[in-house]
Amino acid sequence: MASITLIVNGKKQTVEVAAETPLLWVLRDTLGLTGTKYGCGAAHCGSCTVHVNGEATRSCVTPIEYCEGKTVTTIEGLSADLSHPLQKAWIQEDVPQCGYCQSGQIMSAAALLIQNPHPTDKIIDDAMRSILCRCGTYPRIRRAIHLAAGQKGGK
Amino acid sequence: MSTQPSLSRRDFIKISSVAGAGLLLSFYLPSKDELALAATGEAFAPNAWLKIDNDGIVTITVARSEMGQGVLTSMPMIVAEELEADWKKVRVEQANAHPTKYGSMSTGGSFSVRGSWQNLRTAGATARELLISAAAQTWGVDRSTCRAENGKVVHSSGKELPYGQLASTAATVHAPTGVRLKDPKDFKILGKRLPKLDTPSKVNGAAKFGMDIRVPGMLFSSIERSPVFGGKVKSFDASKAKATPGVRDVVQVDSGIAVIANSTWAAFQGRKELSVQWDEGQYANQSSEAIWQSLEEMAKSRGSVDDYEGDAESALAGAAKQVEAVYYAPLVAHVTMEPMNCVADVRSDRCEIWVPTQSPQQIQNEAARILGLPVDKVRVNVTLLGGGFGRRLQTDYGSDAVRVSKAIGAPVQVIWTREDDMQHDWYRPCTYNVLKGGLDKDGWPVAWMHRIAGPGSRGLVVAGSTPPYAIPNFRVDSHIKETGVPIGAWRSVGPSQNGFVVESFIDELAHAAKKDPFEFRRHLLSKSPRLRRALEVAAEKAGWGKPLPAGVGRGIAAVESFGSAVAEVVEASVAKDGSVKIHRIVAAVDCGPIVNPDTLEAQVEGGIVYSLSSVLKDEITIAKGRTVQSNFDDYRILTIDEMPKVETHIIPSTESVGGIGEPGLPPVAPALCNAIFAASGIRVRRLPIKPADLKKS
Repeated sequence: MASITLIVNGKKQTVEVAAETPLLWVLRDTLGLTGTKYGCGAAHCGSCTVHVNGEATRSCVTPIEYCEGKTVTTIEGLSADLSHPLQKAWIQEDVPQCGYCQSGQIMSAAALLIQNPHPTDKIIDDAMRSILCRCGTYPRIRRAIHLAAGQKGGK
Repeated sequence: MSTQPSLSRRDFIKISSVAGAGLLLSFYLPSKDELALAATGEAFAPNAWLKIDNDGIVTITVARSEMGQGVLTSMPMIVAEELEADWKKVRVEQANAHPTKYGSMSTGGSFSVRGSWQNLRTAGATARELLISAAAQTWGVDRSTCRAENGKVVHSSGKELPYGQLASTAATVHAPTGVRLKDPKDFKILGKRLPKLDTPSKVNGAAKFGMDIRVPGMLFSSIERSPVFGGKVKSFDASKAKATPGVRDVVQVDSGIAVIANSTWAAFQGRKELSVQWDEGQYANQSSEAIWQSLEEMAKSRGSVDDYEGDAESALAGAAKQVEAVYYAPLVAHVTMEPMNCVADVRSDRCEIWVPTQSPQQIQNEAARILGLPVDKVRVNVTLLGGGFGRRLQTDYGSDAVRVSKAIGAPVQVIWTREDDMQHDWYRPCTYNVLKGGLDKDGWPVAWMHRIAGPGSRGLVVAGSTPPYAIPNFRVDSHIKETGVPIGAWRSVGPSQNGFVVESFIDELAHAAKKDPFEFRRHLLSKSPRLRRALEVAAEKAGWGKPLPAGVGRGIAAVESFGSAVAEVVEASVAKDGSVKIHRIVAAVDCGPIVNPDTLEAQVEGGIVYSLSSVLKDEITIAKGRTVQSNFDDYRILTIDEMPKVETHIIPSTESVGGIGEPGLPPVAPALCNAIFAASGIRVRRLPIKPADLKKS
C-alpha cells in the first residue's frame, strides 16, 4: 500500500491504495467520484478521460503513483453549476443519448479547447477520434465543440 | 386517499386525491402482448401515474427504461401536450419493478411511445378537463367559458388560476366523459424540439448509471467465467487470489468463481491470481468455421416454412431468368459503453437490487426464484442504462449479483470487465441465406425463395425476412441450429440481418432485369403505400438519378419495421486499396405522428452508426469454443472521423404511431452494399465488408 497525495477538483486528497491502482478506480471507489466511467480498462474507448495537470489522460491506465502531487480535474470539477462553455453547448445541442461516454467526451473536448480554442473539424476529429460513443452522438459532439468555441465549423 | 368509482367498464383511468395534496391519475399502458386485450377494455389495472401537486408540479411516472432513446422525455411530452401543462413544471420519475402494477415493464421492440401514445394522451386530456371543471366550480361560472393554457385555467374574463391551486379540487369534481383529444394542428409540445429532461445530469457527472450505485457497506466483485460457452468449474485454487491486497473473499457461484474485494481494481487483480480448471463441455471445439459449415449443410434441405404465397418452386422453374446468391450475416455483439453490472443487497427475508435493465420484472422474478423469496420481497431499482440495444433484456448479470450477495451476506456490485461483456454476450445470430429469384420475360420477379439457417430462435433468425414486394410466388423457410453460442436480440433484431439480405437481393434482381433499382422497388411496392412513399422521399431528397462524381455510387434500400417505414440512400466510393468511403446518407422516415423530431433524428443517426460499426468493422468469431474478440481493439466501433453525414427527412404522416429506436437501422447495410455495387461492380454478400474483397486488381 502507498500513501498518495493529489489535488482532485481543487481539493487536496490523500489516499491509501496499492501504488499501481489506476486513477480511475481511486476516483470511483475511493473518492466516490463516479462521473468518470469505466469502459474498457485498456485506453481504447476514452470514457475514463480526466485532466491530469491540464492534459487529457486515460485514468483507467494511469497508476495512482503517477499522480502524486499532481492536479486532477474530473467531470464533477469542470463546473459545479453547468456553467462551463462545453456543458452549456452540450445542453444546447442536446448531445447525450445514453450519456455513459459523455464525461470522457466533454473532458477530452475541454482539453482540446485549452490547447486550440478554435479547432477545425479536422482538429476535432484528431482529438476526439479515440473517444468512442455507441449511441452515435458524434455529429452533435462536433457541433457542440464548435458552439463552445464560438465559431462555425468547416473543413 | 379517496377514489372515484370507475367511470365505465372501458375506462382505464382512476382519479384520486392525495390527502389534499393534489390530483393523482392512475392509468393503464398496454404492453405489446396486451394490446389486443386492452382494446377490449376488460383488463384495467393502472400502470402509470400522473400527479399534480399543490405547487403545480406535474410528475409523470414512467415504467420504461431510459437507455438513450429519450423515453423519460418523450412520454411526459405526450401527457403534457393534452394537459396543456407548463413544460417547465413537468417532472419524471422512474418506476421500480412491480410484478403487476405497471403491466409489462420490458423496454424493447421500439414500443414505448407507440404502445402508450393513446392512453398517455387520454390521461393528460382527462386531467385537463378535471382542472377546467375545478376552476369553473371555484369561480361559479360555466365550464365552457374556461380554457386550459400553459399550466393554468383561464376564464373568458381574463382571470386565471394555476393548476397547483386547482389540483385538490380537481380530484373531487365530476369526472368528464368522452374526453376529446386535441387536434394535432393545435399541438404546442408534440412535434417540438424539446431538450431531453435528463441532459443536464449527463454533462456534469451527476447521472447515476448502474455502475455508479454506491450502497453503505458495499463490496465489489468480478467473476471468472468459463471461457468456453456452457463450461463448468471442475476445480479451483483461490489461495493466491485471497492473498491479493484488498480481496475479502472468493466464492463459487453458478456463473463461475467470484472474487470479492474492497475495490473494483482489487477484485480484478485477485481474479488474475485465480487458478481454475474447467470442464469445457460439449462445445470445447466449437468454431466459426464449423458453425458456417453446419449451417451450409442444413441449408441443403428444405427447412420449416415460415411464410409463403403461391408456388415459388414451380414459378422459379418456369421463370425466364433465374438469379441465385448466398448471403452471410455475421455474429455481432452489443457492446454497450457501460459493461454489464448490478448491485444486490440480499438479506435473510428480502433483497434489494439496483440495475441498469430493460427487463426489471424478469430480474425481479429471477432473484425471487434464486433466493426462494416471494416476488414482493425483491425490490428492483431501475437505474439509467449506459446503452441497452437488447443486451439488457437478459438477466444473467443481475443473477450474478444476487448470488454473490447471498453467498457473502453483504451488498455487492458485480462488474463485468469489457472482456467479460464482449465474450459473454447474447449475440445477433449469424445466418446463412440461400436466395433464388425468378424474373419473367419483362424482367419482373415471379418467384422468390429464401432459405435461412442460423442459431438461436426462429423469431430472432426469421423476423423481417418476408419481402415487402408484390411477388406472386415466394417462400421463406428456415433451420435453427444449436451451436452453444448465446443468441439474443440486437438492436432491430431480425430485420437487422434480413433487411441486409432481402434489400441486397432485390437489388440483384433489379440489375439482372436491367431496371433502375429505385424504379424496380417502387413498381413492386404498389401494395405497400407507406414504404413506397418513404422510398420516393428518400430518392427525391437524395437526388436519385442525378450525376455523381466519378467513382461514387448510389444505393437505396427500404425496410418497414417496428411500425415505421424507413428508406435510405447511401452515396459511397471504393478506394484502390478496397477501403470504403461513405459520402452521404439520406434517410426518409414515416413513423406516424412525431413526438420530438430532435430525438427522432438522434435515433435514426444512432441506428445508422450502430449498424455501420458492424458492417464496416469487425464480426464476432468463435474458436475453441470461445469468443475470439475481447475489447475495442479487435472489435472496433465507428469513430467520430468516420461518422458519415446523415440527413433525416421526416415524412408528415397520418399513419398510426410507429417506433423509432430501431427502424433507422435495417436499411443502411443494404443501401451501402448496393452503393458499393453501383460504384465498383462488386456485390457484397458477406458482412462485415472486407477491404481485401473490394481491392481493385
